[in-house]
Amino acid sequence: MHGFANPARFLRIARVLTVPLLVAGLLLTGAALYYGLVYAPPERLQGDSVRILFIHVPAAWLGMAGWSGIAVASFVELVWRHPLAGIGARAAAVPGAFFAFLCLATGSLWGRPAWGTWWVWDGRLTSMLVLLFLYFGYIALAGASAREGGGSRIAAIFGLVGAVNIPIIHYSVLWWNSLHQPPSLTTGGSAMAGPFLWGLMAATLGFTFIFGGVVLARMRAILADVQAEARLRRKAEGA
Amino acid sequence: MREALDHWVFVFASYGLGVGGTLALVAWSWIGMKRAERRRDKARGK
Repeated sequence: MHGFANPARFLRIARVLTVPLLVAGLLLTGAALYYGLVYAPPERLQGDSVRILFIHVPAAWLGMAGWSGIAVASFVELVWRHPLAGIGARAAAVPGAFFAFLCLATGSLWGRPAWGTWWVWDGRLTSMLVLLFLYFGYIALAGASAREGGGSRIAAIFGLVGAVNIPIIHYSVLWWNSLHQPPSLTTGGSAMAGPFLWGLMAATLGFTFIFGGVVLARMRAILADVQAEARLRRKAEGA
Repeated sequence: MREALDHWVFVFASYGLGVGGTLALVAWSWIGMKRAERRRDKARGK
């Protein structure tokens, strides 16, 4: 793992992976969403609104996976002082926030026809909203640390502490009464019918590839900014 | 009594938000990366 902490080695790998991840992700997601919109059958109770599943579930997964990634990267940064880990955490924050927002927005659009309401203050929806606010806080904190040239230790601690919300989101539908259904996919099996399950897996994989490609692109941008600033500073000091 | 809602309005709104937002995120990240790498190469004198 320490080998990947070398920025030059990381950049070689990232240059190879960024475009294929984005292209594969866009193609797979496009195909899965086309299937969801055109071919997936309406559900017996929820009718056509069930098609929102193909966007809502991948968005929920990536909103939570994004923060889990930030927490792991923050831990690596704090313990082993890997500068790339901090850059990775910063790069995952904006796409993570976008998918957390998309999860809340599509959930609200699904809730209106399915539950008869746009929003309820139950455990699942509220803890997901808290995650979105945590993302906003992290983005502001990491941005301020980068601008002021200080270390990103405070952002890393915030990233670690915020991870306490992830199991709360996951188990909220089991711990508290909720309009939200319990998980349909568990390690024990799936309660979902085949036509939905395969389309959902393709959409989740596609969106995950896009997320990976976006994180790599944003890491490359942060690294390039750091390298440009270091070069300009050296030039100014030498002049 | 339950309201009779047209589910397709909610489906299209969700897909529009998901597809449009994802494409905007990809384009923004890609353009930002290219701009930063050009700036770095310029600073290196390439």
